Amino acid sequence: MSEKDVILKVENVSKLYRLGTVGTGTFGGDVQRFWKTKILGQDDPFMKIGQTNDRTSKEKIDFVWALQDINFEVKRGEVLGIIGKNGAGKSTLLKLLSRITSPTTGSIKSAGRMASLLEVGTGFHPELTGRENIFLNGAIMGMTKIEIQKKFDEIVDFSGCELYIDTPTKRYSSGMTVRLGFAVAAFLDPEILVVDEVLAVGDAEFQKKAIGKMKEVSQGGGRTVLFVSHNMEAVLNLCNRGMLIENGQVQQIGEASEIVHKYLNLNTSSVNKDAKWSIDVAPGDSRAKLLQIKIENNEIVEGDDIFLNIIIQSFISNQLLDFTFRLYNVKGDLILEDFIIIGDIQTLQVKIYELNLSITKLPLISGFYYIDCWLGLGNVELLGKKIMEAVSFNIMPNKKLNRLSSAGVLVPFIEKTIK
Amino acid sequence: MKAEEKWIFEISPNKSKFKLNFSEIYQYRDLLFLFIRRDIVSIYKQTILGPLWYFISPLLASITQYIVFGKIAELPSDGAPYFLFVLSGNVLWSYFSTSLTGTSNTFSANQGIFGKVYFPRAIVPISITASNLFQFVIKLLLLITFITIMGLFSKITAWVILLPLLIIVMAMISMGVGMLVSALTTKYKDFNQLMSFAVGLFMYLTPVIYPTSIFLNKLPSEKHWMIYANPLTSVFDVFHKAFLGVGHVNIYALGYSCGFAIIVYVMGLYVFNRVERTFMDTI
Repeated sequence: MSEKDVILKVENVSKLYRLGTVGTGTFGGDVQRFWKTKILGQDDPFMKIGQTNDRTSKEKIDFVWALQDINFEVKRGEVLGIIGKNGAGKSTLLKLLSRITSPTTGSIKSAGRMASLLEVGTGFHPELTGRENIFLNGAIMGMTKIEIQKKFDEIVDFSGCELYIDTPTKRYSSGMTVRLGFAVAAFLDPEILVVDEVLAVGDAEFQKKAIGKMKEVSQGGGRTVLFVSHNMEAVLNLCNRGMLIENGQVQQIGEASEIVHKYLNLNTSSVNKDAKWSIDVAPGDSRAKLLQIKIENNEIVEGDDIFLNIIIQSFISNQLLDFTFRLYNVKGDLILEDFIIIGDIQTLQVKIYELNLSITKLPLISGFYYIDCWLGLGNVELLGKKIMEAVSFNIMPNKKLNRLSSAGVLVPFIEKTIK
Repeated sequence: MKAEEKWIFEISPNKSKFKLNFSEIYQYRDLLFLFIRRDIVSIYKQTILGPLWYFISPLLASITQYIVFGKIAELPSDGAPYFLFVLSGNVLWSYFSTSLTGTSNTFSANQGIFGKVYFPRAIVPISITASNLFQFVIKLLLLITFITIMGLFSKITAWVILLPLLIIVMAMISMGVGMLVSALTTKYKDFNQLMSFAVGLFMYLTPVIYPTSIFLNKLPSEKHWMIYANPLTSVFDVFHKAFLGVGHVNIYALGYSCGFAIIVYVMGLYVFNRVERTFMDTI
């Protein structure tokens, strides 16, 4: 692609924030800084002690680089998903892009009108009616009165607030405010639309409608959308490119699915595929103990078989010993449960049992999953405690399926014949 | 590379500090008018008396001051009826004080909006001064009505033509000081506290409830500069002269007021421009 198509260019952008309170104690620092930089023309003495933005660091520092040397370009018509953990700097970046605060170094160049939706319903005056607020909010986002007039009916229609349009917005429910606010922003025709997690507030129907609208804006209208979300589904659904930010630095820019994949992999610190206990501390009681539960796959892609290896020590014989496990998704929905009899009144022996399970062609959609498990006796008694989140794993998107949407719970393994 | 020309805007740490970007403000003119409308309309929404409040507040203030300062303290008024004298003072003073307190709250009152969306920040102080101007005009009509009722319409002098100048000087001073204070408040909240009573006190240093002549008569002429050091003194003098035909106007002092207004306005603009881009980080 030629240089022409670049609509937004971010060069060496960094943002320094100070930690702690900004209060009277800093007046001396302010004066010193003013004296050094403005009068003597020296470098800012406080700039040097900036540290990388790492939330988990325990070091005591005064200044932090919320963003450090950010470089990227966005082309016309592209939908860029910006993902990263809490505090990685996503919102700071959007704040800089939408000119709410300015960068400490570097520059951002834009070749198009930009509208940001960092929070819907900003600029709604509670005393004014919905109608008046549409005009006010549109104007805040840089639309002219005539433009708003033209779109007015569409906006009201999209928001579904027709009944309340002449009621002051202070009487609106929060959902209604969000709907109206999003409608204004979505119908305002910016060349670049910056959206930050606003969808989280609306109900499911509205979220769908909003994502659909954003898709339409980017595909039909050829507009550029920058979208920040923790909802990987929405990112995969909407974006064609992705950018992963970590500790204030760009980790990777690339195809959306690739970036989502990388992001999910980042969470491996919380993924535990192998849980092992020594005999003294192992869960269970004096009759049987669970020594190990392990997921044997290296990487799991949608539709893969999953292999579990479980080791159980039985100290008793001729009783009904069972192993039960439950698989949950990240939302805590129970996906499946299985009850496996290790041995019964005839067969159970005092020995170490090794259990190999393979769950074949698991059609679960990409994401985080975990397993709870426990041992039971005679169908009624629980041995020791249930082991919550004994092991966990991530399922990665299946690129071969080449699908556009990733909504739902199951991967659509569907045989298609069209007559 | 030709590509450099196509950028509509660039965001970088360094920007000209004095520039009030007029083309950008023009681009957002609809927003400016909506803000002005909002400020005017939202004041009397859900009130019974509605816009009548614009008349009631200066009238009540003037009646109280008429009783306390005119009847009890017997302050002079250069021969004009004391009620008209304080009414005219109040009309002018309320324009200044509401504009000043309004602009000085720019950042703290609008941090919600400013933190979420970009528009030229200067729109806010401009709209505050403009919507107050609207109120001022209404109150001025009230004043003229009372002058006419009391049969003193003939006292209005040719100084009235300076009214636009007075308004500009007051608008510039209130905006300039207001922007300075608003910028400082983003970091040092002390200025919020200071403003609320400073404005109240400052009224007593300005010839609102008394004529300038009581000081002119008491002080030797070489100390008269002390009276005129307040840039509002001559503004009020001209106003009294114009509508009530009383008092004395010092032309040099008026010139000083204009100069003061320009300087403080430029200073305010400088500080405001510096702060508006990063205030979200400190407020």
